[in-house]
Amino acid sequence: MKAEHPQAVNEAPIDFSAHTMTEIQRVIDLFPAGKQKSAILRILHFVQEEFGWVSVGAMNRVAQILDIQPIEVYEVATFYTMFHLDPVGKNVLEVCRTGPCQLVGSDDIISYIEQTLDIKVGETSKDGMFTLKTVECLGACGYGPMLMCKYKFYEHLTKEKVNELLDAMRDASQS
Amino acid sequence: MAKKLLLEHADVPGIASYEVYRKHGGYASVEKALKSMSPDEVVEEVKKSGLRGRGGAGFPTGMKWSFLAKPEGVERHLVCNADESEPGTFKDRYLMEKLPHLLIEGMITSSYALGARRSYIYIRGEFMYVLQILEKAIAEAYANGMLGKNILGSGYDLDLVVTPGGGAYICGEETALLESLEGKRGNPRMKPPFPAVKGLWGNPTVVNNVESIAAVVPIVNHGGEAYATIGIERSTGTKLISASGNLVRPGVYEIELGLSVEEFIYGDDYCRGIANGKKLKACVPGGSSVPILPHYLVTKTANGDQRLMTYESLADGGFATGSMLGSGGFIVFDEDQCIVRNTWNFARFYAHESCGQCSPCREGTGWMEKVLYRLEHGTGTLEDIDLLEQINKKIEGNTICPLGDAAAWPVAAAIRHFREEFEWHVKSPQEAQTRNYGLIQTPLEA
Repeated sequence: MKAEHPQAVNEAPIDFSAHTMTEIQRVIDLFPAGKQKSAILRILHFVQEEFGWVSVGAMNRVAQILDIQPIEVYEVATFYTMFHLDPVGKNVLEVCRTGPCQLVGSDDIISYIEQTLDIKVGETSKDGMFTLKTVECLGACGYGPMLMCKYKFYEHLTKEKVNELLDAMRDASQS
Repeated sequence: MAKKLLLEHADVPGIASYEVYRKHGGYASVEKALKSMSPDEVVEEVKKSGLRGRGGAGFPTGMKWSFLAKPEGVERHLVCNADESEPGTFKDRYLMEKLPHLLIEGMITSSYALGARRSYIYIRGEFMYVLQILEKAIAEAYANGMLGKNILGSGYDLDLVVTPGGGAYICGEETALLESLEGKRGNPRMKPPFPAVKGLWGNPTVVNNVESIAAVVPIVNHGGEAYATIGIERSTGTKLISASGNLVRPGVYEIELGLSVEEFIYGDDYCRGIANGKKLKACVPGGSSVPILPHYLVTKTANGDQRLMTYESLADGGFATGSMLGSGGFIVFDEDQCIVRNTWNFARFYAHESCGQCSPCREGTGWMEKVLYRLEHGTGTLEDIDLLEQINKKIEGNTICPLGDAAAWPVAAAIRHFREEFEWHVKSPQEAQTRNYGLIQTPLEA
C-alpha cells in the first residue's frame, strides 16, 4: 500500500483511544458550530502521537468524526509535511537542513547520524528504533545545529550530544 | 543598553504565569483600553505609533486595521500569525515561550480595537510545546476574567483559541494561513478580496504577526506618540532581531530601530562579532527571502553612509546594493562559507515549500534548485548562471502569492554580488569541491 495515494485504498476506519477521543472532542469544541473542520490539523497531530504515523484507516476515522469526506482528510494530511504517511521508527529524528543550520554544521550532524545508525536519510534503523529525516527550517536558527523528535527540540548539537541523545532515546523506548 | 518594550521582563522568574506577569504591570493595556478608550481610539494610537508589520512586509499596522470592513451583523476576526517559518527567524517563538501573556494581552487589546469577538492564534505545528504554554496561559486569562464574557465589566466578550499548523512554510502567507485555519491545504487565495473584506470563513479578518500584536501593548500603555519617538524616520519603535549563523553570540535581541548594523554585529551588547575570529563574508539581514549583501555593503551603504537597522537604511540602494529589514532574520556568513552552496540550499527550501498552485513557482523553484545543484556539485556551466537569471525573471511577479518572489530574489542577489564565485565553481569544479572561495573583492579593489 502506498500512502501517497490513499484515495486508491478502501481501508476500514480504525479506533482511537479514549484519551485521544476526549482530546479530539475538546479541540472540535474550540471552533464555532459547523466549523469543526478547523480542528483537523490538531486532530492529525493527536493521531500521530497515538500511533506514530497517520494511516489511511486513521484518516477515514477522522473523516467520520468530523463528518467530512475522506478525501478532505487525505488532501490535508498529504500537504503538511509533519505527518508521516508511512510507518516510522519509534523515534523520528527530524534534522534541520536549511541555511542557518547549515552555516553552523548541520551537514556534519546529518552524516554523523547516518553513519552511527547505518541508515540514509529517509530510512529506519533495523531495530525499528530510529527514522532519520531531514526537514526545512524549524525556527531555531540561532541554536543550530538542531533536530526535533516527538515535538521536542534538541539544539546546539555536537557528535557527543547526538550520542547521548540516541542512548537516552533507546533507554526511554525500551523501558 | 537600549530600551526594551517587549522583552523587558523576559528573564523574570515565573513571568510565563498570569500572577507574576500581572505583578509586573501585565494586562494594563487591557484595563486602559476597555475602561477608558473606544475601539477607534485604540486604532488611532496604533496609527500614530507608526508601527509597521513585524512579520516581514513592513506594512503599517494601523492602516491595515483601518481597512477592516465592518458590515452590520457580520462577525470579524483577529488572527495572529505565529507560523514563524522564514529561515533565519526565531523571535516569535522566543517571545511566546518567555512571555505568553504578552501575546494574549496584545490579542485582547487588539481584538477590542477591531471589534473581534472570536480570535485565533495560528502557530506552526513544530512549536507544539509553545502551543501548550499558550493554552495554559489562555486558561489562566479566562480564569482571571481577561477572556470570556464581559471582560473587566466592560460588556466586551472575547474568545481566544490557539491552533497548530502541520509543517508548511506557505502558511505564513496570510491567505494560505486562513485556508489552513479552515482545515484545508495551505494554498494562497487570489486577492482581492483581501482578508480585511473576506477572510476567515468569509468574515472580515485582520492577520498580524506575533510581534506586531505584542507591540500594541506598549503602544496603548505609553501612547502612540511616545512609541513613535523611538527609532528613526518611518522605522519607529523597537524590533526583535533573530541573529544566526557564524556569530559569537547568536540569539534574539530587542533593538531600537536605528541602531547601526556595525554595532549590532560587533557590539558587546549584541552579537559580539564573527565567531572563531573569522572575517565577515556576507549577511542576509531580513530572513532568507531578502537579498544577500556582500561584506562591503553590510555595515555601509554604496554611498559610504553608515548602514542602520531600519526599513529604509537596509533597503538603501534598492536591490542593486541594498536589501530589506524583512522579518529581522539576520543571518551572518563567515569567510569560510560557500555562497553557491547556500544559494542552492535556500533554492531547495523554496522548491520544497512551493504549494504547487502556480506553474511559474512550482516549476521555476524546482529548476532553480536543479541548476544550482549542478553548479554546487561541479557539473554546471557558465550558461547555467544566465539560465538562473532567466528563470528568476519568469517567476518574479507571476504568482498568486509572494513565495515566488521570495524564491527568486535571493538567487538574483547572490549572482549579482558573487558572480565571480559562481564562475569559479564552473571553471575550477574540482577545486571547488575541496575548498571554499573565500572573500570576494570589493569593487574598488577589483
